[in-house]
Amino acid sequence: MTTIAIPDGMPQYDDVPRFDVAAVRADFPILDREVNGHRLVYLDSANTSHKPRQVLDVLTGHYARHNANVSRSVHTLGTEATEAYEGARAKIAAFVNAPSVDEVVFTKNSTEAINIVAYAFSNASLRADADPRFRLGPGDEIVISEMEHHSNIVPWQLLAERTGATLRWFPVTDNGRLDESGLDELVTERTKIVSLVHTSNILGTVNATARITERVRQVGALLLLDCSQSVPHLPVDVVDLDADFIVFTGHKMCGPTGIGVLWGRGELLAAMPPVMGGGSMIETVTMARSTFAAPPARFEAGTPPIAEAVALGAAVDYLTGVGMRAIQWHEKELTAYALDALATVPGLRIFGPTVPVGRGGTISFALGDVHPHDVGQVLDSLGVQVRVGHHCAKPVCTRFGVPAMTRASFYLYTTTEEIDALVSGLEQVRRIFD
Amino acid sequence: MQLEQLYQEIILDHYKRPQGRGLRDADDPDAEVGEAHHVNPTCGDEVTVRVAAADDIVVDISYDGAGCSISQASASVLYDRLSGRCAEEIAAVHAGFVELMSGRGQVTPDEELLGDGVAFAGVARYPARVKCALLPWMAFKDAAARAGVGMSPTEVEA
Repeated sequence: MTTIAIPDGMPQYDDVPRFDVAAVRADFPILDREVNGHRLVYLDSANTSHKPRQVLDVLTGHYARHNANVSRSVHTLGTEATEAYEGARAKIAAFVNAPSVDEVVFTKNSTEAINIVAYAFSNASLRADADPRFRLGPGDEIVISEMEHHSNIVPWQLLAERTGATLRWFPVTDNGRLDESGLDELVTERTKIVSLVHTSNILGTVNATARITERVRQVGALLLLDCSQSVPHLPVDVVDLDADFIVFTGHKMCGPTGIGVLWGRGELLAAMPPVMGGGSMIETVTMARSTFAAPPARFEAGTPPIAEAVALGAAVDYLTGVGMRAIQWHEKELTAYALDALATVPGLRIFGPTVPVGRGGTISFALGDVHPHDVGQVLDSLGVQVRVGHHCAKPVCTRFGVPAMTRASFYLYTTTEEIDALVSGLEQVRRIFD
Repeated sequence: MQLEQLYQEIILDHYKRPQGRGLRDADDPDAEVGEAHHVNPTCGDEVTVRVAAADDIVVDISYDGAGCSISQASASVLYDRLSGRCAEEIAAVHAGFVELMSGRGQVTPDEELLGDGVAFAGVARYPARVKCALLPWMAFKDAAARAGVGMSPTEVEA
């Protein structure tokens, strides 16, 4: 393990907030189970995280005691459900330091959140009286990067097709960092929106966004950050980030599936036309036309995932209780340990940063010529759960010249013993395929 | 789980020493040539199969691809088992292999029909890997049809 001597007078190692990993693990019932006769070693939290008992209890407790539809009932249960749902919104707003609770829109997941923004652009582009910041046409440009998840590529490709705008992207360096060398040529007065991943789901890279934000402001474009892999793992402050939109998803941060978040600056959400029409998102409806509710309701058509939102609020309470700084530091230590441990495996090649700086606890690699499917299958036989494949980031695989990668990803409940199990599992893979 | 069921020696042999690998032009200029490229969108496995046929006989099968041991070994077995055979024989072997792979481990394989293909019986127990094993066989079916060697439609439950 890497040791760094910190000069006197600087914050020392012990000043870093810590938590009891064993106590945290005891909160996650699934961590007790066995897989194929071995203790479960779950190294796939970038795919989805596990859920602590505190979240599961709130999820079932909501259905058991407070179940009713929200925002439309005068009865007691309806009022309780609405208070729980809106209470969760307030917790999530505080968690990312949103200036207003009304800036938090509940969605199904990050994918839906990005699509809402993309379709708001699309719908605005059809209306001459729409806010010009959302109007796109030929000559306008959308900027993404080569390290995006498919969910931050495909919606923009489709938007470009519908509007005639041009899609451009930041390349990725050999070290798996965002190549910002062409920033001024890439982000120009033609750019209407820049949509970037904050932490890469495949390379683990945490993108430093300050220079990009500055350029985006200079040219008058908008900035969306895909924080699906950052909000669960490090303190995220939307004011500090100075973004216009961020998106994240509940199931990667100890919450349930089916609930995600679009955060947007209040005045931007207010300027966006609706995307999905239906109940709850209206102000008034006649047979000829409708007017629309203010955000966030404008973007929450239909009965929302109520219990899931409430449980996401519980997840945020749980993470806050452990401490996001402490979680970030725990994962940094795990990452340093894992990078060192993986370096001892012959023939192993890491894709992405090989130092635990500017990167999160998601490490993708190749083991010689052994296909990731085979790596994952042998590891599974030992109880070690990793993701294999293109990780919904096929352009990254293409960039590094491989059809697929094996990925190990960590969270607050991950231990160094689990990383040891991965490394010894990789030895087993080599014995079978070498 | 028994890893040996999945990674049988025969499969690893075909993976490490693939038979007939590499795309080739047909020796016979009069042969009908058909080609198909199939991908497994969930994992990124890819295979290109080229079939050269003359007078209802598949005179050569050549292939290239990138993928896991199961998909690559399966292509090698396919080459071994179907090259030089007539449409009727090919249809029978193809149907037998698809049936084996769709059988969730409940189908007893016919060694006379499938040859080394019986080694894939264990793969059928792993739903996530069935598509890997079938990838070259589905590409072959398309390529063969384009070379004028048709097979009756096969239902795949995977």
